[in-house]
Amino acid sequence: MAERADLMSTVPDPDPLMEKEPVPGFEPLIVTIACHYCSYAAADLAGSMRLQYPPNIRIIRTPCTGKVDVLYILKAFEEGADGVYVAGCEEGGCHFDIGNLYAKQRIYYAKKLIQQVGLEPERVEMFNIAASAGPRFAEVAALMTERVKRLGPSPINIKRI
Amino acid sequence: MIIAEQKPLEEIREMLGDAKKVMVLGCGACVTICFAGGSKEVGILSSQLRIAAKKDGKELEVIEDTIERQCENEFFESVKDKMKEADVVLSIACGVGVQTIAELFPDIIVLPGLNTTSFGRPKEPGVFAEYCGGCGDCILDLTGGICPIARCSKSLLNGPCGGSENGMCEVDPKTIQCAWHLIFEKLEKMGRLDQIEKINPPKDWSNSMSGGVRNIVREDLLEVKLES
Amino acid sequence: MKSNSNLEKVFASGQLAVTGELGPPKGTNIKVIEEKAKHLKGMVDAVNLTDNQTAIVRLSSIASAKILLDIGLEPVMQMVCRDRNRLAMQSDLFGAVALGVRNMLCLSGDHQVFGNHPQAKNVYDIDSVQMINMVKTMRDDGKLLSGDEIDGEFKMFIGAAENPFGDPFASRVPRLAKKIAAGVDFIQTQCIYDMERFKKWMEGARARGLHEKCFIMAGVTPLKSVGMANYMNNKVSGISIPEDIIKRMKGVPKEQQAEEGIKIMVEQIDELRKVEGIKGIHLMAIEWEHRVPELVERAGLLPRPKFD
Repeated sequence: MAERADLMSTVPDPDPLMEKEPVPGFEPLIVTIACHYCSYAAADLAGSMRLQYPPNIRIIRTPCTGKVDVLYILKAFEEGADGVYVAGCEEGGCHFDIGNLYAKQRIYYAKKLIQQVGLEPERVEMFNIAASAGPRFAEVAALMTERVKRLGPSPINIKRI
Repeated sequence: MIIAEQKPLEEIREMLGDAKKVMVLGCGACVTICFAGGSKEVGILSSQLRIAAKKDGKELEVIEDTIERQCENEFFESVKDKMKEADVVLSIACGVGVQTIAELFPDIIVLPGLNTTSFGRPKEPGVFAEYCGGCGDCILDLTGGICPIARCSKSLLNGPCGGSENGMCEVDPKTIQCAWHLIFEKLEKMGRLDQIEKINPPKDWSNSMSGGVRNIVREDLLEVKLES
Repeated sequence: MKSNSNLEKVFASGQLAVTGELGPPKGTNIKVIEEKAKHLKGMVDAVNLTDNQTAIVRLSSIASAKILLDIGLEPVMQMVCRDRNRLAMQSDLFGAVALGVRNMLCLSGDHQVFGNHPQAKNVYDIDSVQMINMVKTMRDDGKLLSGDEIDGEFKMFIGAAENPFGDPFASRVPRLAKKIAAGVDFIQTQCIYDMERFKKWMEGARARGLHEKCFIMAGVTPLKSVGMANYMNNKVSGISIPEDIIKRMKGVPKEQQAEEGIKIMVEQIDELRKVEGIKGIHLMAIEWEHRVPELVERAGLLPRPKFD
């Protein structure tokens, strides 16, 4: 009976944000919440493969992205993060079947919550990265870092320039 | 249970005005079940308030707490000192909880963080549906256990009206089921369609809000005091 | 005679009755009523006056009815349950009868979310079936809903609407039976386009002899354009317009669509009056009152009977 809100796709392609210039001298702080079974493994793999990715991200491991609560995301911003993204398994490939799909719904909700307090919804995103996708992990870290560089510092955090 | 939803954040912030120390107080009963005013929502709302204040460069301290039930006097014992420290208490209980605080603590400014909407239940995950109108004169025996007072947009007692289409109500065909469609189907299944042709007479609304404030007194439960 | 109204007399004489409809103005401009009424005079047996139709505030149906009476046209005063409780209804009914109104239509009324005051609190103290019964009791027993005696005579020919196109379909004949049991004298149906479903509904009514217990009038609305057909089909719940009618409207150039709509209506009326149990036609020419003389003429509904 309930109609699901049309969930936002992750990052639009092409991303209109990338047409903007990055804010000069700004190095964002980005929190990455990664699933133990895939994206966290992908981060390991990226390391073993000696792939370069921006040092702006701080990874937090969760047993499943289904454990991600919107409060985690709000707390990250409250404590000074400029961006937060959740990296879960490919859709259909969740170790717990549908945890990543729940995460996707919550990310959409979190976008609304931060928008209500005057933060850009683009600061929060959901990605799906398989355990074997080391290069994709590095790519997403770079993509999110470039995005947030263009958004500038979180409005509660202007001093970080 | 009582169903409620949070007020728009803008409205809450406007109510709070320049308060420097706010206590967000949740309730562990109905509003926890409908994800509007439990400890989780206390956390989310408090975090939002802090972020918004920081963004505007405003000083704001938010204290978080949740009690078992805000509708009963005894549960306030553990938080009453904290409540008194705050400039205002933002209650995210139903309207009953807010009023309990107003009655118990006449010196505290209490503000409502929720809009209380109805009596209902979590029909499916994430869907909180209205089921009872609190009319004070239950007729569910006549309608196959489906309430037309709460669940028909016109509270018809002899429906369905012409606005029933494919089982849905014209008032919002996406979310409102036609109660009389449901009643008809139910009575049909029960072999009680004769019931649908009985004219339900005008309702006695005097037991509802129309009859004035409804207070129930049970004399066997009243407080007993020893006369000295 | 229950009311001695012209409409009742037409039914009693066994002739096919014809009623029209008039939407009062959204203000105090009485000229709108007078102008519309001019076209209806002599063309129909009585004229429905809508009561804040589609929940949009308009000049009251009681006042409009009185204006029509003064012009010499017979009103069918509509009354909805949305805006009045049982006190207001009964007092307004006294007023209407005192002013000479003899026909009425008992309706639930469109929900206020569709109108111009969607924030309003609705009433729905009683529903349309209960209203029918209330008016019948006032007329036949001279008593209010409370049982109190009415001071004076109360004459009224009681009508109601029925929508054969609402769901669930199986509930529609029982609901007609319920309105008859409540005391309705005549029924006007929702606009009919889906002839097949309508005939099925009438079949159900006849099977229970309901067509002999009240006068059933078939509702008809001429389509003015494809746009109107699409709007009614998609936006107005409880109205479905079969694909072949929409196709037919689409098949002619825009400037001829109104003419095509009239042709369709004339065919519909021809077909409807042959249906056993149909005792009248309710012509809802929405904002087309000035075309009514032409419509009834072409549908072969003239001349209208006269009684002394």
